[in-house]
Amino acid sequence: MTMHLDFSSQGHYLIALLPELVLSVCAMVVLMAGVSKRMRNSPDRVTDLGWLSLLGILVAALANGWLYGVTEVGSSAMVAVDGFRLYANWIFLSAAGMSVLVSIAYVDKQKLQAGEFYGLLLLSTVGMMFMASARDLIVIFLGLEIMSIAVYAMTAMNRRDRKSAEAGLKYFLLGAFSTGFFLYGIALTYGAAGSTNIAAIAVAIGDGSAHTGLLGFGVALLAIGFAFKVSAVPFHMWTPDVYEGAPTPVTAFMSAGVKTAAFVAFLRVFFVAFDGVYAQWWAIIWWLAVLSMVGANLIALVQVSVKRMLAYSGIAHAGYLLLAIVSNNGTATAGLLFYLLVYTFMNIGAFAIVMTVGDQAERNQRIDDYAGLGSRQPMLGVFMTIFLLSLAGFPGTGGFMGKIFLLQGAMDANLVYLSTILVLTTVLSYWYYLRVAWFMWMREAPDADTHVGLAVPVALRLALIVGVAVILYTGIFPGSALELARAAAESLTSGRFLSLSAR
Amino acid sequence: MFFALQATTEGAHEWSPVLPGLVILLPLLGFVINGALALTHARRSADAVRAGGELDLAAGDRPLTHTLPTWIGPGVIGLAFLITVVNLVGMAGADLHEPIIRTYWTWIVTGSLTVDAAIQLDQLSMVMMLVVTGVGFLIHVFSVGYMKDDPGYPRYFAYLNLFIFFMLVLVMGAGYLLMFVGWEGVGLCSYLLIGYWFSDREKSDAGKKAFIVNRIGDLGFLVAMFFLFTTFQTLDFVEIFSAAPERIPYGHSVATIITLFFLLGAAGKSAQIPLYIWLPDAMAGPTPVSALIHAATMVTAGVYLVARSSVLFALSPIASATVAGIGVITALFAATIALKQYDIKRVLAYSTISQLGYMFLGVGVGAYTAGVFHLMTHAFFKALLFLGAGAVIHSVHHALHHTDKDWDAQDMRNMGGLRKHMPITWATMWIATLAISGIWPFAGFFSKDEIIWAAGAWAGAANAPYPTLYTVYWVLALVTALLTAFYMTRLMVMTFHGANRTGEKEAKHLRETPAVMWVPLAVLAALSVFGGWINVPAAISESFLGGFGFLPMGENFHHWLEPVMAGAHEIQAQHLGEISHQAPLFGGGELVWALASTGLAAIVVLIAARVVGGQKHVPAVDAAEPRGLGRVLYRKYYVDEAYDAVIVRPVHALSRFSWRFVDDVIIDGTVNMAGNLARAFGWVGSLFQTGQINTYAFIFTIGVLVILGWVAF
Repeated sequence: MTMHLDFSSQGHYLIALLPELVLSVCAMVVLMAGVSKRMRNSPDRVTDLGWLSLLGILVAALANGWLYGVTEVGSSAMVAVDGFRLYANWIFLSAAGMSVLVSIAYVDKQKLQAGEFYGLLLLSTVGMMFMASARDLIVIFLGLEIMSIAVYAMTAMNRRDRKSAEAGLKYFLLGAFSTGFFLYGIALTYGAAGSTNIAAIAVAIGDGSAHTGLLGFGVALLAIGFAFKVSAVPFHMWTPDVYEGAPTPVTAFMSAGVKTAAFVAFLRVFFVAFDGVYAQWWAIIWWLAVLSMVGANLIALVQVSVKRMLAYSGIAHAGYLLLAIVSNNGTATAGLLFYLLVYTFMNIGAFAIVMTVGDQAERNQRIDDYAGLGSRQPMLGVFMTIFLLSLAGFPGTGGFMGKIFLLQGAMDANLVYLSTILVLTTVLSYWYYLRVAWFMWMREAPDADTHVGLAVPVALRLALIVGVAVILYTGIFPGSALELARAAAESLTSGRFLSLSAR
Repeated sequence: MFFALQATTEGAHEWSPVLPGLVILLPLLGFVINGALALTHARRSADAVRAGGELDLAAGDRPLTHTLPTWIGPGVIGLAFLITVVNLVGMAGADLHEPIIRTYWTWIVTGSLTVDAAIQLDQLSMVMMLVVTGVGFLIHVFSVGYMKDDPGYPRYFAYLNLFIFFMLVLVMGAGYLLMFVGWEGVGLCSYLLIGYWFSDREKSDAGKKAFIVNRIGDLGFLVAMFFLFTTFQTLDFVEIFSAAPERIPYGHSVATIITLFFLLGAAGKSAQIPLYIWLPDAMAGPTPVSALIHAATMVTAGVYLVARSSVLFALSPIASATVAGIGVITALFAATIALKQYDIKRVLAYSTISQLGYMFLGVGVGAYTAGVFHLMTHAFFKALLFLGAGAVIHSVHHALHHTDKDWDAQDMRNMGGLRKHMPITWATMWIATLAISGIWPFAGFFSKDEIIWAAGAWAGAANAPYPTLYTVYWVLALVTALLTAFYMTRLMVMTFHGANRTGEKEAKHLRETPAVMWVPLAVLAALSVFGGWINVPAAISESFLGGFGFLPMGENFHHWLEPVMAGAHEIQAQHLGEISHQAPLFGGGELVWALASTGLAAIVVLIAARVVGGQKHVPAVDAAEPRGLGRVLYRKYYVDEAYDAVIVRPVHALSRFSWRFVDDVIIDGTVNMAGNLARAFGWVGSLFQTGQINTYAFIFTIGVLVILGWVAF
């Protein structure tokens, strides 16, 4: 049965936002359960709350799947029910689910408040989902803030660790700073186009009624706000410190989730609303992409901490993914979605190993500390190697496919220089990714008890296996994931035309 | 054998390949099983270390993790070889003119690019499959003996199987992207295997060097693919090669750009100037690895790339001449270096670079078949030489180990007189030496001669683009052939003849290798003798050199590869015209020059045997003084003195210059500088990462101002 949603009835919003609602309710339950007396005294509280959160994520995923059967009538609503949003939701739910599985042992060992940790994790996921579904700049802003504030708190969650607190404060201050720019960008865009609705902005630009001068500044400021969240150079400065200071499961979660949320909202705003002024903004994104790819890859070469290296790798990936925004076509959009999906699994997987090698603490993060991991913990070594190869874009992995699709989109848009820079910097990045693999396999462990007796609980094992399976599957049979991504990109394009003709 | 089959079956009949996918899958399966065993083994030894002991492999029965790889490692490759042979027979009977494509699934569909996971079976991929699985199998068997005491035995076979898997993907893939998958994969395995004995600092550095240089080459491959895709909108071999002659005019810059970038990739993988430096250092890996990866298969991938892309290269005379030039200069350059090396593996490494140069010369001058032919025969005799060297090192190492003597087991000055201890190794290696030196009727004679002749013949073609240049190539190739004969004979004499220098006590422990090691040597020796007979040039097969008429297989290899090379040959025929049947200098036909070159090579072998045999060799530790006591003996031969003054010294000087200065200073320095420069940039960038939030906000603000300024103006 196909269900039709007509947003003139407020009640239909409840249906359209079903996954978000499920997750919000679950977050409340987890939060409440976390402070209940029985739970506080239970030795298994972290595990219980973790699996409870996972259950909520699975139900939300069911709701998300169910929404594929729903069609919307008209498109002037605040939220979209289209393939683009639903695909993005798969990524958020994967990121949240993987992070939950990965974090249980860490939260337990570091004695973090499990109820708060998982409650905030779910709430920030809700914020991400709002960003993906928003058809209005105000809703994007709300989603952004829900997500960000939860993540700020999670960053500073380890109260016993000074670095964690420092990272939380840094992230918060700089995040607030960038929010100012973002909000000012919304205001200027509203002033220029007379609406905060994405479709309405596109119409205003299309019929020439928008004030071009104001709009130019509005677009630039929004780009800056998004660039901060995706950590593109030169708005990336917070990333290494925050990624390094935050508890590793939080780093894993935000490196995948926050980046994806920022990118999908970025894409929807610039692809749909600002398509008419492409000529005015493409150069900004072009330069951000170049600076991110070149700068981050060079700096990553000299890092000695694996966690920090992965932070720069995240910045470099922001550069690669910005190609899709500049490309401004369906192929690139599908490539972006595909890549973000793979990126979520490989990045969380890599951080999970970093966490395990650190014995569920913030230890052993130097590259030398990985010496001998391959012979002492062969499975961890194999998994880490696969994650690293995929991050580097080695053929046969999902990361390779993702880069191919991004390149394809860029070639369709005739972005020869950007594509060449992507290829060149990718070659450069092989060095620092494979250096870790080299230490793992080609160096002996310094002591007899190095890497011996690392705890790899079942949940973590499950997450690693799922991660590797997804990476290899998407690398060898990328068809199904790409088909879905392409349909999602299509829905965005058709939405663009629909919204234009609706008026 | 199979060529005869082709001749008897007149008229094409439908042929369906037998399980071609299994050829690729079997090595992968071997990798998975051996990999799992390696992981189990690693865990067990980690447990043993934790318990305060060490896993003792020498005592008692070997664990399953060590007995299973012995059968699975070589077994899967042997099976793959059998399937390949079955298909070869089928293909030979089918008179195939179009490649057979087997598509398994659609790998990539995006916009205009579609890439299938498909393999291509044609005469060229068949030759490569035979070499990879056949020679690969023999080297696997040899490894069983060579590596049997190595603690990482299952891991070693896992890597080796994985290498064969990627190599087969490289040669069987039906498009450039799949080829690139294999290309990267073999590079990864090479990197892992060079650093196999990773405790050694120098060895891990060697892996690093190979890694950096190969990245440069891969970059060339990627950029070439890029241009190919923008030109043809596809990366499929069949589509590109059928469209290329119409889409790209002869000599157009598009073909030149694409092929030159491919050349960069090929030079990296096949160790050609200026990217050859990694190969000598790659000898740090186990010797069977050097035989398999750094002599017989992976390093020939560049030659395969050029031969596969023959249509594109034929369209660009400039790029082709560059390929040939790089090839012949590398051949000469590396041969001069080989003259002066004492490490037995280093001599062979430079020899490999030199022979690869010949192959490049062949495919560069347009004699694609000759290039592939030399690739095949070289795989036989060079694998044999490396394995033989491995057997020697194995034996000397064990002998030195017995008395705990701290000598280099690879230094030829510590060998000598091994003939009586290792007669089989000695005999087989002499066969390979004669083959590589180009002595009739060994395999190398036919293949090398054909390349040299082709360089001369194309110099005299009707519309030859660069006749003088090709004449120079021809002369250089001839000179290199004589140098080859010299340094190889020197290697043999220093290793096997004369008095033994290992030490009296040690010499008692020198042993011939076990059967599992010498049987592969014997098989390769047979191939080094007979392998060349499948492609005897018509001019020779009609004369007494062709074996008094008992070699009825004139130019069979040519006919075999003709369907693959037809596109390129057509372009050549159209634009270059008829090739010459006279040598560019002094006149004379193919037969005359073949006679001359084999005669000269034979003379050089004899001279070298006399000269080197007459020299007084001392163990490496005593050789600190350049002349030492040997001076008196040295003077006894007036001929040697003259030879020394006129030829040896200038050549030594050249050799030292190329080795010490060009190699170490210029090329090493450039590579290191590129790496350091990138790191320096990275360091400067990381300086801004102060940890101070106001710095971050400041940089943020500058970014904002730049962007807003750009919008405002």
